[in-house]
Amino acid sequence: MIVLDTILQGVLLGGLYALFATGLSLIFGVMRLVNLAHGDFMVVGAFAVLIGVDALGLPILLAAVVAGVVMFGLGYLLQSLLLNRTLGKDILPPLLVTFGLSIILQNGMLEAFSADTQRLDFGALSSASVPLGGGLAVGVIPLMTFASAVLVILFLNWLFYRTELGRAFRATSDKPEIAQLMGIDNNRIFALAMALALVVVAIAGLYLGARATFDPLIGPSRLIFAFEAVIIGGLGSFWGTLAGGVILGLAQTVGAQISPEWQTLAGHVVFLVVLVLRPRGLFPRHVD
Amino acid sequence: MLLEIRNLRRAFGAVVVADDIMLDVAEGEALGIIGPNGAGKSSLFNLIAGRLAPDAGTIRLDSTDITRMPARKRVHAGIGRSFQIPQPFEHMTTYENVSVAACFGAGGSERAEQAHVVDVLYRTGLLSKANLPAGALSLLERKRLEMARALATKPRLLLLDEIAGGLTDAECASLIATIREVNASGTTIVWIEHVTHALLAVVTRLVAIDFGKVIGEGDPQAVMESDAVRRVYLGIEA
Repeated sequence: MIVLDTILQGVLLGGLYALFATGLSLIFGVMRLVNLAHGDFMVVGAFAVLIGVDALGLPILLAAVVAGVVMFGLGYLLQSLLLNRTLGKDILPPLLVTFGLSIILQNGMLEAFSADTQRLDFGALSSASVPLGGGLAVGVIPLMTFASAVLVILFLNWLFYRTELGRAFRATSDKPEIAQLMGIDNNRIFALAMALALVVVAIAGLYLGARATFDPLIGPSRLIFAFEAVIIGGLGSFWGTLAGGVILGLAQTVGAQISPEWQTLAGHVVFLVVLVLRPRGLFPRHVD
Repeated sequence: MLLEIRNLRRAFGAVVVADDIMLDVAEGEALGIIGPNGAGKSSLFNLIAGRLAPDAGTIRLDSTDITRMPARKRVHAGIGRSFQIPQPFEHMTTYENVSVAACFGAGGSERAEQAHVVDVLYRTGLLSKANLPAGALSLLERKRLEMARALATKPRLLLLDEIAGGLTDAECASLIATIREVNASGTTIVWIEHVTHALLAVVTRLVAIDFGKVIGEGDPQAVMESDAVRRVYLGIEA
């Protein structure tokens, strides 16, 4: 039973990591931009939900919706006013600028919210669980996290492969210069991609704060998990990212069973093994 | 005049790809451009389509100065082009490639452009390949896709860059028929081509370019037989 329980918890933890990773994967896929401030934006998302609950007195899910809308606008402005200027043949400027953003966000949040640890409270749901029989039970929040990850990925796949905006994302990603000659405004497409990514980041922030405590400085360590999930799954595929998250989550929970200090380490070891054996990840979308 | 090019100049260091070019294209015309490799033909297209900025001179489309207009706005203004080396979005299907061009180039919604996309695929003979990834198309099909994407943007001026190279006689004949039909439906065509028999079957006027300069212009036969062109192509001292 303990084996089954470990696997179940690992898979559900993987849903959280998939949520961490999907925004990163989306941005890299569309504009080859590695957002080093991604983890810090998740913390911003968590604080945005917290403000909605504490200061505005909203129910937590409504606060999350408001946070999502705010993050959409923030992403659009961030990309059109700042990050679009850093994109080009050289990959260094976006790395430097998002690294700088990461530091600014961490210190800004320290100033605004202090270094206290915070938690997002789902009320009675926080400790609720669903019994599966045989002594097994899964928490409602982990289940919601996983379901949200699947829904986000279903939505993004529909958007990318069934809509005209999605085709513009894929065309711009493939050949940005040619996309412009088809009448596509790349800067606007990139701004929409970042806006969407930050909505996913807000959802990730919601569950980040609901499943564990957070403070203004935890972004970078969560960014590592997001990176690992993306790389394990393979670039360019959202389902691959989910698989990567699940593998990472499984590795961590199995590691924790062996010994508590093995939790994070086991995840890193699996990541390194995948990187050595399958440098393109387990489920890369394109072979190019 | 649909297109008016005045004193257009562009150089890369010592290499002048457009040397004081003057060119007019009338609405509805089919104009051919010939010249040896490296003469500046594709560069001229890049200048007209906005992929390359000129050092001097002006380009007007339907009396509007488009010299500094970004490439994507020129598409909306009515300039469509195909590339000599096909540049499909390889991970998208043929249909999706054309659909992107139709929706973002011609400005309609996906639903509104659907019939137009199918029509373009039919006219370019790609309908049976609609659901294949563009990366899986043969070279000839990729060339057709270049023309299909350009047509999907509903251009007033269509720039075709060496689209007939490497075709069999039958394929070439059907391509000629397609281009004629596009021209007959009111689209102005400027066509760069080395396969002169295909070119001469369509165009009513010919321009010869060498070292970025216009060295001959006028009736196709007359230009082909002019001393300047014979000298460039055959090295004959006339």
